[in-house]
Amino acid sequence: MFKILKKEVLNTSVKLMEIEAPHIAKKAEPGQFIILRVNENGERIPLTIADYDREKGTVTIIFQEVGKTTRLLGQLNEGDLLLDFVGPLGVASHFEGLKKVAVIGGGLGTAIAYPQAKKLYNMGVEVDSIIGFRNKDLIILEKEMQAASSRLFVTTDDGSNGTKGFVTDILKKLIEEGNNYDLVIAIGPLIMMKIVSNLTKNYGIKTVVSMNPVMIDGTGMCGGCRITVGGRVKFACVDGPDFDGHEVDFDEAMRRQAMYKAEEKKSEEQHECRLGGIKNA
Amino acid sequence: MNVDWGESRMPNMTLEKVKMPEQDPNIRNKNFLEVTLGYTEEQAIEEAKRCLNCKNKPCVQGCPVNVNIPDFIQLVSEGKFEEAYQKVKQTNSLPAICGRVCPQESQCEHFCVRAKKGESVAIGRLERYVADKYMSDIALKPEKQQTNNKKVAVIGSGPAGLTCAGDLAKMGYEVTVFEAFHAPGGVLMYGIPEFRLPKALVQKEIDMLKFLGVDIKTNMVIGKVFSLDELFQQGYEAIFVGTGAGLPSFLGIPGENLNGVYSANEFLTRVNLMKAYKFPDCDTPVRVGKSVAVVGGGNVAMDAARCAKRLGAEKVYIIYRRSETEMPARIEEVHHAREEGIIFKLLTNPTRIVGTEDGWVKGIECTEMELGEPDSSGRRRPVAKPGSEHIVDVETVVIAIGQSPNPLIKSTTPDLETQKWGGIIADEETGATSIPGVYAGGDTVTGAATVILAMGAGKKAAKAIDEYIKGKSK
Repeated sequence: MFKILKKEVLNTSVKLMEIEAPHIAKKAEPGQFIILRVNENGERIPLTIADYDREKGTVTIIFQEVGKTTRLLGQLNEGDLLLDFVGPLGVASHFEGLKKVAVIGGGLGTAIAYPQAKKLYNMGVEVDSIIGFRNKDLIILEKEMQAASSRLFVTTDDGSNGTKGFVTDILKKLIEEGNNYDLVIAIGPLIMMKIVSNLTKNYGIKTVVSMNPVMIDGTGMCGGCRITVGGRVKFACVDGPDFDGHEVDFDEAMRRQAMYKAEEKKSEEQHECRLGGIKNA
Repeated sequence: MNVDWGESRMPNMTLEKVKMPEQDPNIRNKNFLEVTLGYTEEQAIEEAKRCLNCKNKPCVQGCPVNVNIPDFIQLVSEGKFEEAYQKVKQTNSLPAICGRVCPQESQCEHFCVRAKKGESVAIGRLERYVADKYMSDIALKPEKQQTNNKKVAVIGSGPAGLTCAGDLAKMGYEVTVFEAFHAPGGVLMYGIPEFRLPKALVQKEIDMLKFLGVDIKTNMVIGKVFSLDELFQQGYEAIFVGTGAGLPSFLGIPGENLNGVYSANEFLTRVNLMKAYKFPDCDTPVRVGKSVAVVGGGNVAMDAARCAKRLGAEKVYIIYRRSETEMPARIEEVHHAREEGIIFKLLTNPTRIVGTEDGWVKGIECTEMELGEPDSSGRRRPVAKPGSEHIVDVETVVIAIGQSPNPLIKSTTPDLETQKWGGIIADEETGATSIPGVYAGGDTVTGAATVILAMGAGKKAAKAIDEYIKGKSK
């Protein structure tokens, strides 16, 4: 069992938890993920590691309550236990030989972009971070990103905070202004990573994206997480989750992401129904 | 023929095995309860009396773990069930499992003298009987051995790892088993379905190992959380790698990434380990639809097809490019699948999976085949019949054409030598690998094979590990 040592509400639907998992904390690197199960009948869900503290022996996860499992997880409190927590899985991000990098986080993706920005910044790399949200209420980790970046740019779709527009607007401007990035790291919704990758392709800037498809085991056993990269089939769990954004077939990934939409709805409805008790019986 | 008729015992010379009760095919194809129900005491004794107790025991040579078959059957015929169980248990640590999933027809029963005229003795069914009887009658309390204070790590808790762990624990070693999943059992849990191997039974066998003092640590992906070197640093004197054949193969035909295409591993893991058949009471879903094509002709393909049927698919096809003779699945499994209404499309080769505009499977395009000259495997090579292309309408496709060893350990242990196809290179007799103190066995060495072969390898490795550690401390 794995204890929740800290819980923090980041916005209406996004929560942060520090989980006691010393073995994983010792090995975790940015880019890697864990798989957790809340209870005995629960599903296994992958979450990218948002932070880790080797001394304290903790791994931080940040999740958005989008389905039954993440909602159940969100209902747990400090001191509660998770049934299963396994990792660190996947290949760590490669950061060798970089001088100037743009790190882009879209929505919840900011939580995954954060450890990358932090690691790069601590290595002495010049980090321009761009984080984008739908509106000001959804902004997360602004302070942390500020501390992990040479420059931080915040965008909101509705202009309620920071620049009105999308992360790509800022990225395009920065590139046009003559910033020479060795690498762009884009983490967020598939559609955002696709648009960023399309943009940087025009400028020939290497771009890494972090894929988060449906998974069961996370060790290469089921193949459920397969994606097409450069015309070849890859397993996101063991070959990734980082991939060359210019090579990923995003349209296929978006389609596969929606595979269990109907079932997810059913699962949640049943969950709501139970919470509702006799009212719906 | 050397036959010991005994004083008090007249053999039952009936040519056929005593039939084992089974659920009716049209009822069982709608539930996940066990298909075969096992012998009653009377049936077991009657069947045991068919054994001639031959002096040269050809059956024993056919058993990868050399169970003393005539002796235990003799005990069954005398109604001494607990002694029979102990006799089996001397060499086989998982009898309730082997009695169910071993391919007896090509092993022990294949060599049975009775099979020369009529059917062999039902060795598997008798093994199952004594194990089930023991486990239901007797409080489980195998004794923990006096520890020798020497630690051994076993990676993977499938049949190879569990056998190796059990044997080492019996010798007094302090054994820790590391399992990547949240539940131990490996393929016994995620692969073989409930209706063929009840999970409660696997759990009982695992509990027996815990009584012996084996420590099982789940959620531990060795290679990621600890390297082999780190395990040695933690004081483990030897390591057994039994990580199985977890990497699914795909056909490499167009359409394999469409929604609705599964590897057999994924399909079976969802159904068996994650209990998708109880969705939405269990949270993991699986999509089946009205019609399903399972590609492949092995036991895994049969399991997937029979699961799909039970999950409500009206039509379930087995698509296999050779003929029934070449099918690697056990005859009993093929027979059970047929009884349950699985449709066999033999000599049929899939060439493309056809999708709807929004990316869901709607059919599988196949070509009819005929058998040509034998290939390198000795089986006649299937050759396409020109102009025979046709589309089978299905909503789900399960690819069950094999698995190769999981590369996780290899990728983080550069000194560990492997075959080109990924199998760990290990000595056939001892399981010794290219790294001193590291042993390997089961599917991770041989590629996908059987539960009992993996157990045999685990057994040999346990013996070799014992010798290695004793030799080291001299």
